[in-house]
Amino acid sequence: MASIKIRAKQKGNITTVKCLMSHPMETGFRKNKKTGKLIPAHHIQEVTITHADKVVLSALWSGAISKNPYLSCKFSDAGKGDKVTVSWKDNKGKSNSVTAKIK
Amino acid sequence: MSSAQQKRRLFLKSTLASSTLSVAIAAGLITPKMVLAAWPKAAFAAKEIDSALQAVLGSAETTPSDKIKIKAPDIAENGAVVPITINTSLPNIEGIAIIAAKNSTPLTSSYQLASNAEGYLSTRIKMGKTSDIIVIVKSNGKLYSAQKEVKVTIGGCGG
Repeated sequence: MASIKIRAKQKGNITTVKCLMSHPMETGFRKNKKTGKLIPAHHIQEVTITHADKVVLSALWSGAISKNPYLSCKFSDAGKGDKVTVSWKDNKGKSNSVTAKIK
Repeated sequence: MSSAQQKRRLFLKSTLASSTLSVAIAAGLITPKMVLAAWPKAAFAAKEIDSALQAVLGSAETTPSDKIKIKAPDIAENGAVVPITINTSLPNIEGIAIIAAKNSTPLTSSYQLASNAEGYLSTRIKMGKTSDIIVIVKSNGKLYSAQKEVKVTIGGCGG
């Protein structure tokens, strides 16, 4: 199952968002050791972190991001209890989105 | 300037722009579909750092800056998971790109930051072998870079 874990914490005016996604992040360069065939690429291409309907960070990823990717960013001007949404889309068209409250 | 002249100029401009594009298509570098896609496949497939930067940030001219701090291990025992944290005090950051210089496709990821985002980013990347990690930050329309060497020892007992 593909899921996202999010932690969003506020300290002063700065909110730190940390998220962990579960995804195989297959580069497309790896070979299956038994058959010698390339394992097809399967990785997240786009990640967006949204707060109050505004995109704070948008990431474009290749297969060179580690398996079960971790991403963290900081932003200002948010309040406790505000919602932060993290969503991703992979090269096979799958997507996922999870919302958490800032603590 | 008469409107006919203006049109001619516009026509010249557009043909020039489209001809460079069609040359690139003819050369098999990019297909029309990729040009329209939001995910810059050409940038991520590029084998050279300069062409990857050109494709993703629109320029390959970078200035070294000491205002970008890269936190990464000196020695990574497992190249598949190299944690990287970037802190920068540069103003008006528009974009960040992380490059592993000796990966077969050097561009690992690129980021766009909103105006209220801090100059901070942390993630984990894969590295094929020992090389520099280059971080490019786009600030006020200019590109700044910083780099750090990470030794990768796959299956070894420390380098």
